Amino acid sequence: MKVLIVGGGNTLYFLCRAFTAKGHDVIVVNRDKAECERLARGLAATVVFGDGSDPKILREAGAMGADVVLAITPHDQDNLVICQLARLQHGVPRALALANDPENAEVFQKLGVAAFSTAAIIASLIEQRASVDRITNLLPVAEGRVNVTEILLDASSPVVGRLLKDISLPESALVAVVIRGEQTLIPRGNSELQAGDRVVLMTLPENHGPVLRVLTGEQG
Amino acid sequence: MKNKDANLVIVGCGRLGSYLANRLSREGYSVVVIDRSSQTFDNLTPAFSGFKVEGDATQISVLNAAKLKAAEVLIATTHDDNVNLWVAQVARTIFGVARVLARVFDPRREQIYAELGIQTICPTSVAAELFIQAVLGDGNAKGPVI
Repeated sequence: MKVLIVGGGNTLYFLCRAFTAKGHDVIVVNRDKAECERLARGLAATVVFGDGSDPKILREAGAMGADVVLAITPHDQDNLVICQLARLQHGVPRALALANDPENAEVFQKLGVAAFSTAAIIASLIEQRASVDRITNLLPVAEGRVNVTEILLDASSPVVGRLLKDISLPESALVAVVIRGEQTLIPRGNSELQAGDRVVLMTLPENHGPVLRVLTGEQG
Repeated sequence: MKNKDANLVIVGCGRLGSYLANRLSREGYSVVVIDRSSQTFDNLTPAFSGFKVEGDATQISVLNAAKLKAAEVLIATTHDDNVNLWVAQVARTIFGVARVLARVFDPRREQIYAELGIQTICPTSVAAELFIQAVLGDGNAKGPVI
């Protein structure tokens, strides 16, 4: 695969190393001469000095034959133009832009350019992992209108040892599956929850928090 | 454009942006001018009766503050081609502005944005055309500038 990356800094350097290590052809376009020299010494990639949003530079860099173009400069407007030129002028099948401002990810989408936001990805990873270790957000369904969440019940949970029908869950919430060791149970009202159970919950966003508090006993 | 109630948003208040803002405000249009640096607002004459918004026009919140949704025309005049192309496309696609114009210095970028429905004005092409007209006389200058 031939990958053309426009940008600089550590992200570009380590991305290039990852791609070349897997045997891909990598071309780097960077507008800083000193950084170009450093990159050319340290990477098994072709390094082109110039403005990647300049149609002439893109052509010289060989955008025409690239399979993927990645635009990861610190300026969203440059990333947009790079991807549009690559797609429309050079017929590159896939172009992906970095949205430095997470709010711009949506703008890229509406303008027909695929984009990702590292800030948004990291924030959501931290939210999922750091808030409560025992809770994993499995997936949002229907654009986030339904949450599917997995919770590990430990001995301190107030619902351990109780029957499902005796636990007063807020409305619009469902204990869908209980995973107990090797067993997978579809629970009924007279199923008892035990410590170590992994409970798969379906909730609506408005009562997601209250349902979690009932099952973990934590105030949050 | 005949409708003097029309709202215009001008991005960039440098030499070109401030000239357009002063002129169109004097003509009676309702003008909002956006620039990253409030110092550039010194280029506006005391007769300028429009609004000034300080901020980066590549941010949606700044365009909202400039009431772009109510605008009929957007003119992007900053010194950065890519900023102008970004703002022009956002104005057209997200804010539904009817008429969008962008200054683009690099003539090689013009064609592709014409395809995307963005009207661009390239100072180099315009100046070259005028020079050719001046040198060759009016009759011979209709062809495209190479």
